[in-house]
Amino acid sequence: MLNRVSTYFYQRPGLVLALLLGPPMVYMLVVYLGSLFALLVNSFYYLEEFTGLIVREFTLQTYAQIFNPANREIFFRTATMAGVVTLVDALIAFPLAYYIAKFASPKFKTWLLIAVTIPLWSSYLVRVYAWKLILAKEGILSWFINLFQLDGLLQWLLSFESIGGSSLALSPVGMFIVFVYIWLPYMIIPIQTSLERVPGSLLEASSDLGAKPLQTFRNVILPLAFPGVVAGSIFTFSLTLGDFIIPLVLGNSKYFIGQAVYSYQGTGGNIPLAAAMTMWPVAIMIVYLLTARKLGAFDAL
Amino acid sequence: MPSKAESHKKAPLGLTIAALGTLLFLHVPMWIIFLYTFTPEEQTFTFPLPGFTAKWYGAAIQRDDLWRALTLSLQVAAIATIAALILGTLAAAAVYRSKFFGREAVSFLLVLPIALPGIVTGIALRAAIGGLEIPFSFWTIVIGHATFCVVVVYNNVLARFRRMQGSQIEASMDLGANSFQTFRYVVLPNIATALLAGGMLAFALSFDEVIVTTFTAGQQTTLPIWIFSQLTRPRERPVTNVVATFVILITFLPILFAQRISAQSSDTEGETK
Amino acid sequence: MSFILRCISKWAVNMMINASMPAIHFDKVSRHFGEVKAVDQADLEIRDGEFFSMLGPSGSGKTTCLRMIAGFDKPTSGQIYLYGQNVSDLPPYERDVNTVFQDYALFPHMNVGDNIAYGLMVKKVEKSERTRRVNDMLDLVKLAGYAGRKPSQLSGGQRQRVALARALINHPKVLLLDEPLGALDLKLRQQMQVELKAIQQRVGITFIFVTHDQEEALTMSDRIAVFNEGKIIQVGTPSEIYEKPASPFVAGFVGTSNLVSGEAAKRITGTEQMFSIRPEKIHLGSANGKLDKDMISVDGVVRDVIYLGLFTRYLVEIEGGGDLVVVEQNLKTTSMDVLSAKGQKVRLSWHKDHISHVGG
Repeated sequence: MLNRVSTYFYQRPGLVLALLLGPPMVYMLVVYLGSLFALLVNSFYYLEEFTGLIVREFTLQTYAQIFNPANREIFFRTATMAGVVTLVDALIAFPLAYYIAKFASPKFKTWLLIAVTIPLWSSYLVRVYAWKLILAKEGILSWFINLFQLDGLLQWLLSFESIGGSSLALSPVGMFIVFVYIWLPYMIIPIQTSLERVPGSLLEASSDLGAKPLQTFRNVILPLAFPGVVAGSIFTFSLTLGDFIIPLVLGNSKYFIGQAVYSYQGTGGNIPLAAAMTMWPVAIMIVYLLTARKLGAFDAL
Repeated sequence: MPSKAESHKKAPLGLTIAALGTLLFLHVPMWIIFLYTFTPEEQTFTFPLPGFTAKWYGAAIQRDDLWRALTLSLQVAAIATIAALILGTLAAAAVYRSKFFGREAVSFLLVLPIALPGIVTGIALRAAIGGLEIPFSFWTIVIGHATFCVVVVYNNVLARFRRMQGSQIEASMDLGANSFQTFRYVVLPNIATALLAGGMLAFALSFDEVIVTTFTAGQQTTLPIWIFSQLTRPRERPVTNVVATFVILITFLPILFAQRISAQSSDTEGETK
Repeated sequence: MSFILRCISKWAVNMMINASMPAIHFDKVSRHFGEVKAVDQADLEIRDGEFFSMLGPSGSGKTTCLRMIAGFDKPTSGQIYLYGQNVSDLPPYERDVNTVFQDYALFPHMNVGDNIAYGLMVKKVEKSERTRRVNDMLDLVKLAGYAGRKPSQLSGGQRQRVALARALINHPKVLLLDEPLGALDLKLRQQMQVELKAIQQRVGITFIFVTHDQEEALTMSDRIAVFNEGKIIQVGTPSEIYEKPASPFVAGFVGTSNLVSGEAAKRITGTEQMFSIRPEKIHLGSANGKLDKDMISVDGVVRDVIYLGLFTRYLVEIEGGGDLVVVEQNLKTTSMDVLSAKGQKVRLSWHKDHISHVGG
């Protein structure tokens, strides 16, 4: 009878654990970790130029290739973009996060949070595409710029070698705007969560002790919100590092890491190089995650 | 700009304006897509719109390649969601029930596919699948999607387990129900809403995914891949706008629904001691 | 009412079969969690049909013992017998024992009727029979007509009764109650104590009741087991526990007590062995008062007087050092009078039988 089967398992909790944990763990270990490990192994192989075949011998020459000037530039470019995007996102996200955490009534708060998460779930690709529309030469943004007679300013901005391009829609400036837009909810939510945890009584105590609003902000609110900022920055930084779609869609010919990887493993068939390049964002992310954990960001997640 | 938190209701004007501005910044671009579904022009994105027409909606329905992509996306999402529901619930049950060595590692492992950049998962899977000489197909797409869908179900179900009174399971067994009966009559009803919410989130996640999919698909085109191709080699641009609008709706409705379910269940069950 | 009749007949039959057999028998039961001994070599016999309380502070092992009887925990060593049957290895659903949980553990997704009928439902009892028995139970716990309500719509006291009904409907051999009255306010708690006792006497089932409230245990129990740090210190009737505590712990935990040892003890009783004397048993008399036969006395000075309406508490420093707390009802005095006792010389006396040697 079923009771007997049940009792059999009841008396063997270890067996039950194995049965429960088995399938998901086997799947994740084999499929996911296995692939990651294979990738790591691959990064130690190299691609023979002449034959176009991958030589399965342990070597560090692929990693050495990473450090050549072209690739270094790619890394630098991607990392800089990631950093600036993180900074700007933090600045833009803060007022809204603060408003939601401290000034919204509970009912309103739920709606506001839904309003913030909707873009997150509304298809990344579509939102990128929206900006292609907006930034197009004849599109809305140009129209506004013409209206306010700012094209001179726009042309000046676009004339810079490193950040400009032929048009807004095909330049690092354009990419920057889209990156900031796309990851913004990821920054808002953790900041909001950590601000929410600041009890109002702390702010009252601060002003009771004589601090002016700005001082309260700098000495009480900002430090307590900082873990939230760090948590959000994990997302913005890592997502920018690995992204290849936005640079592809809105970029000029200067590569970002994601694109480089994509192209290497695609037509080039140079999996070892692609693997080696991928290892860098992974390594950076791990270091970032560990530091963030130290700074308490995981409590805000 | 920030002020003393003396009253919970009144915010300084500057802050409100900044907050509102950010909200608009988040949402307006999506409305603009909707706006552009009505432009008569095929090639450009002129503003203001030179005209107003609904013909692109009709054109979209005619496109066979679009329907194939949509069907494929739905199929992939359905299977990936089922896999995620099973694996995620099993893992959540294991972590909730027992303390074992490496418990935190389980959560960490499950969250990795979402935490690491999509390109890492994508290229790792591509290299592995290619290396094993498995052909890229519908199933390789599903395998890829399942890796990051599991954690969404896992988190939801685990959270729900933790909010449930553990004594309910003991009470059920005390009253004479064996483990299977307890699962059927007590555990399942309790986690049902979490399964539903997690499943919907997983579905939306899979439906929208493009990065890992480009790496794990063979010749198949899911809807996001279709959109992606339109971004770089467009044909009938406004049709893309129609599709984009449709995608926005089909992904955020389940999310909204899932949020409401989760909110509801946490309200009512909080009242029972 | 038919439920009552059935219970009584079942009780009668059980009486005849089990009259000599203890309901629960612990044979050197221990439960270790690594280094920690939650229960240490417990030996226990609980009699058929009695209202038995397990009393002790938090962490004393009483709840662990209860859980082991129910089957949620397995002893590390030792055996547990239910009416002679060794149940140590059986899962909870194989034991004829039911539990009323501290947090009631009502199923939120079922209404009151389905909650109560749960035990019958899993044993595949027919629906009409289930409904009948549920209504009987609702009458018993004074919640008639509540079958359609959801647990979230009930008050704490009502949920507690549903939990009780849900357990009793299965006619268990033993009913376990894990601090069920803890969450209720004082008035409700006192009311429920009376009701629970009445229900137990009507249905005749052995009740095992866990509590940390010694007043509750004294009120309701036929016998009490006092736990401390995993060990059973003393088992006895309420009056045995109160009047003759076997250890300083029991003396101090159940009611308040004076513990006297060493020099002072020697002066009074002739030996240095620690003894306990309850404050209300001490008579406060004038310094040269006459003593009755069989009375022990000691002289002292009143250091402090606290007037508490119903009674007055005196702190008396006795010859030989140390203080004794004396409690007397204010039968004839007013506050003015008792306060004037402060600083006076007095003679304390008590009947020699009221001492309990606690083997300090």
